[in-house]
Amino acid sequence: MPTVGVNRDKLFEKLGKVYTDEEFDHLCFEYGIELDDVTSEKEMLRKELASAMAKGGDNKLAAEAAAASEEVIYKIDIPANRYDMLCVEGIARALNIFRGTQAAPEYRLADMSGKPLQQMTVKPETSLVRPFVVCAVLRGVAFDAARYNSFIDLQDKLHQNLCRQRTLVAIGTHDLAKIQGPFTYEALPPEDIRFVPLKQTREFNAKELMQYYLDNDQKLKKFVPIIHSSVVYPVIYDANRTVLSLPPIINGQHSAISLETKDVFIECTATDLTKAKVVLNTVVTMFSEYCSRPFEVEPVEVTDAFGNKTVYPDLSCRRLDLTTTYVNSLLGVSLPGPDIATLLNKMQVSATLGPDGTALSVSVPPTRSDILHACDVAEDVAIAHGYNNIATRIPPTATQGRELPLNQVTELLRSELAMAGFTEVLTWALVSRAENFDQLRRPDDGATAVEIGNPATAEFEVCRSSLLSSALKTLGANKENALPIKLFEVSDAILLDSAVAVGARNERRLVAVYCAKESGFEVVHGLLNRVMEVLGVPYRDEPGASSAPVSYHWAPAADPALFPGRQAAVFASTCGDKPVGVFGIVHPEVLTAFELPYPVSALELNIEPFVFDQFYQSKLEPLSN
Amino acid sequence: MADLESQLLQALNEKECIADSGDFAKSQGVDHMAVVGVIRSLQASEMIVAEDIDHFRYALTEESQTYLTAGSPEAQVFAAVGADGISLAELKVKVPGEAGDVGFKQAMQQKWLALDKSAGEPRVVRKVDSIVDSTQALLADIAAGKEVPKADAENLAKKRKLIKPEQWKTYKLSKGPKFALERKKPATDLTFDMLAKGTWRTQEFKDYNFNALGVLPAGGHLHPLLKVRTQFRKIFTQMGFEEMPTNQYVESSFWNFDALFQPQQHPARDAHDTFFLTKPAATPSDRGVPADYLQRVQSVHEVGGYGSAGYGYSWKLAEAEKNLLRTHTTAVSSRMLYRLANQPGGFKPAKYFSIDRVFRNEAVDRTHLAEFHQVEGLVCDRGLTLGDLIGVLQQFFSRLGLKKLRFKPAFNPYTEPSMEIFSYSEQLGKWMEVGNSGMFRPEMLRPMGLPEDVNVIAWGLSLERPTMILYGIDNIRDLFGHKVSLSMVRRNPICRLGL
Repeated sequence: MPTVGVNRDKLFEKLGKVYTDEEFDHLCFEYGIELDDVTSEKEMLRKELASAMAKGGDNKLAAEAAAASEEVIYKIDIPANRYDMLCVEGIARALNIFRGTQAAPEYRLADMSGKPLQQMTVKPETSLVRPFVVCAVLRGVAFDAARYNSFIDLQDKLHQNLCRQRTLVAIGTHDLAKIQGPFTYEALPPEDIRFVPLKQTREFNAKELMQYYLDNDQKLKKFVPIIHSSVVYPVIYDANRTVLSLPPIINGQHSAISLETKDVFIECTATDLTKAKVVLNTVVTMFSEYCSRPFEVEPVEVTDAFGNKTVYPDLSCRRLDLTTTYVNSLLGVSLPGPDIATLLNKMQVSATLGPDGTALSVSVPPTRSDILHACDVAEDVAIAHGYNNIATRIPPTATQGRELPLNQVTELLRSELAMAGFTEVLTWALVSRAENFDQLRRPDDGATAVEIGNPATAEFEVCRSSLLSSALKTLGANKENALPIKLFEVSDAILLDSAVAVGARNERRLVAVYCAKESGFEVVHGLLNRVMEVLGVPYRDEPGASSAPVSYHWAPAADPALFPGRQAAVFASTCGDKPVGVFGIVHPEVLTAFELPYPVSALELNIEPFVFDQFYQSKLEPLSN
Repeated sequence: MADLESQLLQALNEKECIADSGDFAKSQGVDHMAVVGVIRSLQASEMIVAEDIDHFRYALTEESQTYLTAGSPEAQVFAAVGADGISLAELKVKVPGEAGDVGFKQAMQQKWLALDKSAGEPRVVRKVDSIVDSTQALLADIAAGKEVPKADAENLAKKRKLIKPEQWKTYKLSKGPKFALERKKPATDLTFDMLAKGTWRTQEFKDYNFNALGVLPAGGHLHPLLKVRTQFRKIFTQMGFEEMPTNQYVESSFWNFDALFQPQQHPARDAHDTFFLTKPAATPSDRGVPADYLQRVQSVHEVGGYGSAGYGYSWKLAEAEKNLLRTHTTAVSSRMLYRLANQPGGFKPAKYFSIDRVFRNEAVDRTHLAEFHQVEGLVCDRGLTLGDLIGVLQQFFSRLGLKKLRFKPAFNPYTEPSMEIFSYSEQLGKWMEVGNSGMFRPEMLRPMGLPEDVNVIAWGLSLERPTMILYGIDNIRDLFGHKVSLSMVRRNPICRLGL
């Protein structure tokens, strides 16, 4: 969720009202935005300074903090799909219309009859790297410092969000007085592009410029990879071969806008045309507010690589047809048609009621790209009406409550294990490869554990294919406890399995460990016997077991994680000769690897074969594949 | 010991008084400390009364013990010098160490010896012909327990450190209020033996210490987060919800995102937020997802349909096939809803819930883990409304003790309308966000084949947050993971949610 910092007093000026923080918070709540923090530049710098001081001090920052403004800043959280609210202009406009203090503006294109349009021509080579561009002109913009900063901030916010860090769309804004149309959007080898980039005084070629940013510019270097490996770089020229921009990296210094700029040329280059149009519309609808003719935008004709001409921006309203019945039945209200239309006006959406009183023709302005479907319109009605004014109803849906049998058995078994004197732990499914294999002396055959490609935390390399390492880690973290320590967990191990569509499955397991000065092998052995007793599974050699639907037995085994000669595998009669579990004394080298000074015995058991009802009918319900 | 005790009681009975416990110990041939043990025990039982007798004496140090026979250091040095005198170096050999140094200094002070420097190298020579070793005599007196003049004793103790003061106590004993020749030991506990012999009738019992805690039972313990999970499960099932099979952490992007109408460029699908897998890296789209459904999902993303404008981008199958660790249990909900729409006999209303792990590729800190438990509930039926969602939320949260709710408009890619759920905390005096909710978008439901009038209302919250509030835990790593303290697991109350 993007957070926008706005000057409180400037915002209140636009709202024509001074609010207390509480009142403004309440207004935000109703509209669905959130007053996240009340601060000031000074306060923010002070916090930054405090953390810098902790790391050894920063004199420059201290001076900045001392000089910074104490004007109150509201940090406002904006829903991720409301790009039109990423600047103070948009927030104020939305709230004014919501409060009924301002009518929704009509955004329009300037009447260009008899006047030539600015031209942008796309060269076919751009399709190799960044195929789309859309443009517009804002005439007679009255900038002041606050408006100028807001204009820059909005571009930053759009770049971070909708533009996906400039990969999808990049915005370039230029002082039209300094450049000369027609413009061309080209793609050239980087060595052939030469210009003075923004904030630089000398000329670079694009190849050396990329290297310069990689070496020297923390902010810009992260965008370099978007085009770095391309054989040609996108570039926009004017009629005099002046470089406007090298998208999506940097604009030229020559056409840079300033507080004195009156006419602004806006170009958005993109790999996603839909988003480029939304970005352009957002910028022009917000800042046409300051044009000599407010909310009027001068269009630009773009000729694409195939010679097709399109005029941008497209500020037309989209029409959406729905009925008041749909709105009322979705929300569970019975609002009269005219009320619905009025409520929609508060959300910048104009609605016309049909002659039958139920047909609703809705006109979605270019600022509301978030509206995709009638349900979005219905939500706007709900917001304007007030979520908290909607009459509630208990859904009439009559159904039977039911636990998943696997989880029900898990719940029952957990209680039994606690009754047997074992304490429950809850550990992570994500572990390191070493914990899952090497430290357990188990080989990684490459066909056992699910592997993670991009962990933010280095130790999360694989999903655990056994619960044992987690239990041993827990013992290691609790060494100061009085002995014996008896722990258990009933959780899922995750195993590669090509028989499952996604290629892996969970397996519900029980792990129990016993840690004391002596191994306690017979303790975990006894726990296995007790667990089987409560599961109603007889030992194979008990009288009558041969006729039982399921029985179990154990036999000496050779798990490298366990001590030779003091371990056994567990078998269920329903699972053939594939073991369902293992128990034994943990191998001393494993203990060393987990930094455990005392002997440990362990039991790990797959409980899924024992998830059956009282008639021994299996109740496992894997999700359909 | 018992023997010594009865000897002492016997002696006291005969003489009414034992003047000095030290003498009594000697008479019994035992160490005085053994007698003290008996005295303390009898005193505690008020059988005897003991008065302190303080003792003081000087004793020889280990070093001065040797001077009893060898003579004091100064006498040793005087003897070593002999009639002819001796060089300093020779003297050091004859009387080595501390005794030589101290003895030389003392002998010089007493003017027994002098340094003759006339022949170049200084020689130690006698100034007197004979001496009386008074230091040795004093030490001998002290060793024999004889009185010595106070000034001499202090000189030997403080300046020369040849003797050390010793203090000890003995006791004057007389009969106490509960004197008897034999002690009746009060019992600490009622035993089988007492019951069998009937001695419990006359047995004296020791007072019980009611200020101490009892012995904790040696049992196992359930983890607090899972205790809370149990209560949530009960609340859901009591409300008629059926549990979804969420035992599948590995999921395809299709079911986790695409089926939910979450566009492929959505930030949540970034590697920064989601664990993508290198093994198994992908789920081939021909496994598990029917071709016609896949086609409908692609189409609703690209160009819309079902009344939607769609997102207007080029949807990529490879992106949908990427495997990941599910970021929400809603991935399972989408599978369940598809199943519900396509089951034999057609659609039937359903209420589903799940509580299981979800995974986010975040750095671990006080409030974030890479895995946590998501609680999710959904109702799928014909004609459900936003009013139904608010109603079911009020019912659900009031079971958690959160009766005062309000709802904030929110955004979620797969629900519309969407609402954040806030609850007023009386303890904190403020509104707190307790969950998220909404109605699933038609772009998600219609491609599945759910009838036009079927709506799905759903909500979710984390299990960790309410548990942390209930059990007063402020660091999530103290609740979930191998570093959790076992005493935290052992020492927490039952979970009363849902009462």
